[in-house]
Amino acid sequence: MTDSVVGTRTVRHDGPELVQLLTPEGERVEHPEYSDYAAHLGPEDLRGFYRDLVLVRRVDAEATALQRQGELGLWASLLGQEAAQIGSGRATRPQDYVFPTYREHGVAWCRGVDPVTLLGLYRGVNLGGWDPHQNHFQLYTIVIGAQTLHATGYAMGVQRDGAVGTGDPDRDTAVIAYFGDGATSQGDVNEAFVFAAVTNAPVVFFCQNNQWAISEPNERQTRVPLYQRASGFGFPGVRVDGNDVLAVYAVTKAALDRARSGDGPMFIEAFTYRMGAHTTSDDPTRYRIAAEVEEWKLKDPIARLKAYLSRGGHADAEFFDAVDAESDEIATHVRSGCLALPDPEPESMFDHVYADPHPLLEEEREWFRGYHASFAAGEEVAR
Amino acid sequence: MTIAKAVNSGLRRAMEDDPKVLVMGEDVGKLGGVFRVTDGLQKDFGEDRVIDTPLAESGIVGTAIGLALRGFRPVAEIQFDGFIYPAYDQIVSQLAKMGYRSAGSVRLPVVIRVPYGGGIGAVEHHSESPEAYFAHTAGLRVVTCSTPADAYWMIQDAIASDDPVMFFEPKRRYWDKGDVDVDGGSDRAPLHRARVVRPGSQVTVAAYGPMVKTALQAAEAAAQEGKDVEVIDLRSLSPLDVDAVEESVRRTGRLVTVHEAPVFLGLGAELAARVTERCFYSLEAPVLRVGGFHIPYPPSRVEEEYLPDLDRVLDAVDRSLAF
Ligand SMILES: Cc1ncc(C[n+]2csc(CCOP(=O)(O)OP(=O)(O)O)c2C)c(N)n1
Repeated sequence: MTDSVVGTRTVRHDGPELVQLLTPEGERVEHPEYSDYAAHLGPEDLRGFYRDLVLVRRVDAEATALQRQGELGLWASLLGQEAAQIGSGRATRPQDYVFPTYREHGVAWCRGVDPVTLLGLYRGVNLGGWDPHQNHFQLYTIVIGAQTLHATGYAMGVQRDGAVGTGDPDRDTAVIAYFGDGATSQGDVNEAFVFAAVTNAPVVFFCQNNQWAISEPNERQTRVPLYQRASGFGFPGVRVDGNDVLAVYAVTKAALDRARSGDGPMFIEAFTYRMGAHTTSDDPTRYRIAAEVEEWKLKDPIARLKAYLSRGGHADAEFFDAVDAESDEIATHVRSGCLALPDPEPESMFDHVYADPHPLLEEEREWFRGYHASFAAGEEVAR
Repeated sequence: MTIAKAVNSGLRRAMEDDPKVLVMGEDVGKLGGVFRVTDGLQKDFGEDRVIDTPLAESGIVGTAIGLALRGFRPVAEIQFDGFIYPAYDQIVSQLAKMGYRSAGSVRLPVVIRVPYGGGIGAVEHHSESPEAYFAHTAGLRVVTCSTPADAYWMIQDAIASDDPVMFFEPKRRYWDKGDVDVDGGSDRAPLHRARVVRPGSQVTVAAYGPMVKTALQAAEAAAQEGKDVEVIDLRSLSPLDVDAVEESVRRTGRLVTVHEAPVFLGLGAELAARVTERCFYSLEAPVLRVGGFHIPYPPSRVEEEYLPDLDRVLDAVDRSLAF
């Protein structure tokens, strides 16, 4: 592992332990353990990956623009993390179950969740907005790390249902939990590791190490490379180049296969970088130097796949143009969809608090109704 | 200065006065906190005294307890109200009880700063009012400010207290401005005292934190209709200054309590019960409560409907006067 000092902080670089199948220059390289997991991917699959990467980046850019125009209260951008999300998301199978944070727009895409749906929470019209069971994609989780325990519990349920290690590829199920490098400091995350390890639960812990937790660099969270932590809990950990969609796909597929077959949890550290601000309300110029961002631009996940596809003759200009055209379409879809998201009816805030009728709530709802009606009556009189 | 700046200046002064005072939390260093309340402190006091902690609330409070055991006076920031729950166990089971368990031989002068309340259009978990959970726990002092002057002095008094203090900061009022007399003087009141912020004779409105401003606006509006409303800023929620409210209610005969937190089992209920017990025969009307509903804090596009506003306070004042 090579360390280089950039500005005031030490950036831990890719070392020999970093799994890579596609270099930043777009060259294919082999990996003794993981190449096999990507070997079946043909040019068409790779073009599909490329399309995904470009489209989710565009969804993200459009959402950021919408926030700037006051249409969203907040947005957590995935810029720079597209490969980590598409690579891992594409490795999941329909029966698998995903537990995201608030930034997994690319994984949501892979699970078939309409990008417009993701905006509800950020626009403030709902607190989640989709049925998690429909696409096996849980609601976004804002409380850092909480979902890792839910994922582990879900995986324990999968075990109890006998849906691991049957050898039936359509039945065996794995669970994947996403979280950031900062989240690894939370008690919940460490407790999830403990539960997963001792129960041998079919769960994959997928950490997108984007180097920052708002203003705090990795150094404020850990002194050992994160992937090494797993061994202390009793399961394997691996560090993958998070900007290499192929390597992320291969490593995640390996981990999910392992979980599905009953061999227990695994930890993946996708080594990547948050190219933008933490969220639209953050100002990274207060804590981070521009040189670092410049360095990571050279590792851009989309540019490297494009280089590989064009150089190898796997895609032509027509293909790239078609993807660009499609990304314009999706941007339009996101924009018009966002503007069409209606504000909730005020009274709807009383809905769904309980499954069964609750007298206090009904009383308050009635009061609220009457209170509003009193204004309407007042207006009548005024007229 | 603004309330945010006032807390910042109060922290700075406490750190200057006592080298044992530490500031700790997520992003409090270089960034100066997500609300910039700790802006510039790390630059001036160094990383040893202004600590960017790992992202772990239980860890923040638990290590603050350890630092206090070692003689420091930590001021821990919880970034947002909704993220205090991972630290809940450390606060209610450890921080609140250690002094009692040690029969007073241990004192834990820890302050926990919590930006709280809604009204800023935030996503979920960023707009909660969890103060009642903590006021219900013996061993903690729970206070909240509503003006820059109080913010400046109360944070210093909280740090000076040998008890653990939950210091709730009304985040939607962070940018409200007011005069601060940094030499002490008239605008400094004891940490546990409520304050009459607008005298009146017909109805007492008791509010705290972000709702004080709303209550004052309501009183202003009521005055135009010839109703004379007294507004009390409770300032301290535990202990609760019932004497001050009682004194007022004896004069006005009416009480309306106002807070953002849900009405059910809230601070208003406690106040209503105590005032009713103490001055039943002075009351001309039942104590009325204005507050949030028994629902999770709703999506921001309807928060204006959730949060008590001037009209809801006025409505209660009118109902009280109608008895
Ligand atoms: C329990 C909790 N504490 C604090 C926060 C505030 N907060 C939101 S995101 C964040 C940083 C998260 O960093 P990381 O886990 O690395 O994920 P990233 O956003 O970088 O992907 C913080 C401190 C929170 N959401 N939840």
